[in-house]
Amino acid sequence: MSAKKETVQSQATQYLTFMLREEGFAIEISKVREVLDVTTMTRIPRMPEYLSGVINLRGNVVPVMDLGLKLGMGSIEYCKNTCIMIVELEVDANLVEMGVLTDSVQMVLDLNPEDIESVPKMGTNLNTEFIKGMGRQSEEKFLIILDIDKVLASEGEAALREIDSIASTHSVAANPEESVGAEA
Amino acid sequence: MADSEYAEIFREEAGELLEELETSLLELEKDPADLKIVSRVFRAMHTIKGSGAMFGFDDIAGFTHHVETALDKVRDGSVPVSTELIDLTLASRDHIRALLDAATGGGEADPTEGERIIVALQVLVGGGMPLAKQAASAPQVSEEEKDPTLGRRSHYRISVKPTPEFFVGGSTMEALLAELDTLGESTAFMDAEQEDGGALILLTTDKGVNAIEDVLVFAESSCRVTVTVLAVEGEEELEEHKKLGEILLEQGEISAEDLKTVLDRQKPLGELLVGEKLVSRTSVDAALAEQKLVRESKEKATVAKGAESIRVASEKLDQLINLVGELVVTQARLTQVASQHKESELVEPVEEVERLTAELRDCVLNIRMLPIGTTFVKFKRLVRDLSAELGKEVVMVTAGAETELDKNVIDQLGDPMVHLIRNSIDHGIELPEERERAGKPRKGTISLAAHHSGANVVITVTDDGKGLDAERIRQKAMEKGLFRADTEPSEQEIWNTIFMPGLSTAKTVTSVSGRGVGMDVVKSTVDALKGSVSVTHSIKGQGTTITIMLPLTLAIIDGLLVKAGETHFVLPLSQVEECVELTMEDIARFHNRRMLPVRDQLVPYVRLRDFFAIPGERPVREQMVISRINGERFGLVLDGVVGEHQTVLKSLGWVYRHATGLSGSTILGNGHVALILDVTNVMQCARQEEHNTLIN
Repeated sequence: MSAKKETVQSQATQYLTFMLREEGFAIEISKVREVLDVTTMTRIPRMPEYLSGVINLRGNVVPVMDLGLKLGMGSIEYCKNTCIMIVELEVDANLVEMGVLTDSVQMVLDLNPEDIESVPKMGTNLNTEFIKGMGRQSEEKFLIILDIDKVLASEGEAALREIDSIASTHSVAANPEESVGAEA
Repeated sequence: MADSEYAEIFREEAGELLEELETSLLELEKDPADLKIVSRVFRAMHTIKGSGAMFGFDDIAGFTHHVETALDKVRDGSVPVSTELIDLTLASRDHIRALLDAATGGGEADPTEGERIIVALQVLVGGGMPLAKQAASAPQVSEEEKDPTLGRRSHYRISVKPTPEFFVGGSTMEALLAELDTLGESTAFMDAEQEDGGALILLTTDKGVNAIEDVLVFAESSCRVTVTVLAVEGEEELEEHKKLGEILLEQGEISAEDLKTVLDRQKPLGELLVGEKLVSRTSVDAALAEQKLVRESKEKATVAKGAESIRVASEKLDQLINLVGELVVTQARLTQVASQHKESELVEPVEEVERLTAELRDCVLNIRMLPIGTTFVKFKRLVRDLSAELGKEVVMVTAGAETELDKNVIDQLGDPMVHLIRNSIDHGIELPEERERAGKPRKGTISLAAHHSGANVVITVTDDGKGLDAERIRQKAMEKGLFRADTEPSEQEIWNTIFMPGLSTAKTVTSVSGRGVGMDVVKSTVDALKGSVSVTHSIKGQGTTITIMLPLTLAIIDGLLVKAGETHFVLPLSQVEECVELTMEDIARFHNRRMLPVRDQLVPYVRLRDFFAIPGERPVREQMVISRINGERFGLVLDGVVGEHQTVLKSLGWVYRHATGLSGSTILGNGHVALILDVTNVMQCARQEEHNTLIN
């Protein structure tokens, strides 16, 4: 009995839980490098809305993504709990850092494989590709375990498509009349 | 087999030698009579052989030995320099490279290739050992190479000066001597009166110097041991015989002053000879002058070699550059803080720091700068081999080989250049007969040129071949849907479609007229280096020029810091021509058309606030920064100009790699991130968008 318990424990994975709009989410803690308070962000123009901009992380320029917007849950409103998780992921064999904006970071949680249920086929209102499973925190409480690599890696093509659409709707000469008319 | 650390040293050294070898061989081909070049080739081979054997690369040493043997015949003049010889030596160089790569874990070497070269060389120089024996004896030869004294009776002088630890460890000099005695005849000179208990041993043995070192190896940690080969029997002396005084001096038996006083009593040899009327004074003077000259040139060579260079791992340099980058940022911050505090005591030291930082930055960046000529050599070889293969006659001329570029840029430039040159030879330059019919010289010319232009380096590849067939390329591009049927692309636009991936397969334009093999690779590599590549000139029947433009360095640039809304932007200072003011009256005067006369010339402009959709009211007086792009003036309208700013380039990260109008970012003194503008890209996008709006 005790032996069995040990093996189970060794299989437990640590997750970092965080909130997006009162909903609990979790990602593997091994992916998270650090958690920061929100700092001055520089927006990159002509990029999709959910790419919030870049921050200066001790001399490195790190892009930040608004996870609320990315998952279609609405933009994150800044308050004192708002924070940026710095996540590490591998892109084309290079390790890159990326900031993920969330409403608040909660705790570190051990979850055993049997505490994780598979992804429901429907009803999450999320792209199921982004979900690794549903973690049981307590009897009633479930956490959505995100596959953060997939969320971030989907960036490449998605962003490119959006940039194209931005460019086609965008025009420098869109309304010259109005701009001068107002002031002349 | 070989220690990896030493293997790395050898690999680097041999790499350089092989490059030098290649240069020399190509020179030799032009000037076969120049024996100096032959010696250079010989020396390079010899060094590779020697250090190869030393570091345990037996196959390289073995193979090189044979090549060296052949070259020796050339050096002594018994075999002339011929094209075949150069071909074979070049092939040997490639084979050594392959062996080297194979030994250090990169690819495999074909052993039959080595044999083929050796056999061919044997035939060419005529004679030597029978072929079969040659091939078979390779490993033994290398063994011998490692230790030339092995198996030959040689005389050694061994000096052992023990430290106190030697005796603490329980060793005795007698035991050491006894062991040395087993190798051959030894005579030990031990000075019992001397306190250090050192010994001088003269040993004659045929076991080789390695065997002696094996005996001495355990003593080496606690003694100062030197082994000197005095003479190898049956071998000509390379060094002149040591004089008695020198030997005694070396052994520490006599002080230099004592020796000098004794020697001063002696008349110089020249005086004696003249005194005895054996030779005339003039011939003695001549001989003395010659001696002096040789000695001086030797000394000079030693000095020059000492100052030449040191080897540093490139990661260390990268680290240094990063640190200097951080320093530059911090210094900017310091300057900013100091200007706020208005402390007169601070002004001077802060200015000093600023000056020093700028100097340090330039210095550090300069370390990584290498002349581009180092890569030109590689291309000479490529041109030679490829033109021979295709039956074409091509000469390569270069200009501006001394132009310096960041090492990282040079390293990555190799592949695109190879592609361009290949294309020029393959598709540009015609066969000799064809050229004659067209009234051109039989020999085609490819010229590589490099020069600085502002903060950029411009590299051009020009051939005098048949030029691009614009009509064919246009058709092909239309088929591929690169142009819309209703548009009339300019000639330049048509040429530049050869860099599109769709047009790069061999069965398209290439086989008929144009170029295209791997041209998209060229473009993507150059783009990655923040440069640009384009066909700048092509006339049918006369040739083509392709121009690559690259930034001098990828690390730090001088920029102009500007502001639009809350966002700070940096323009590369090299692209900024002037700044003018744009007022409401100016805008109204031109009926909202986005252009402004500046010095009798209309300059079109783009308002950054509009282009980047930056929210907020724009100021009443705006600033316009004018750049010159491809010869055209173009203005960017912004809220205000902050000032000059030294910019450490940082990438925006992979998420933003497709960002429009931006080439990177930088960190300002206050820790905020500013964006670096790609003015060319802004202009192109704005033009395209205006065009699209008009069509709709």
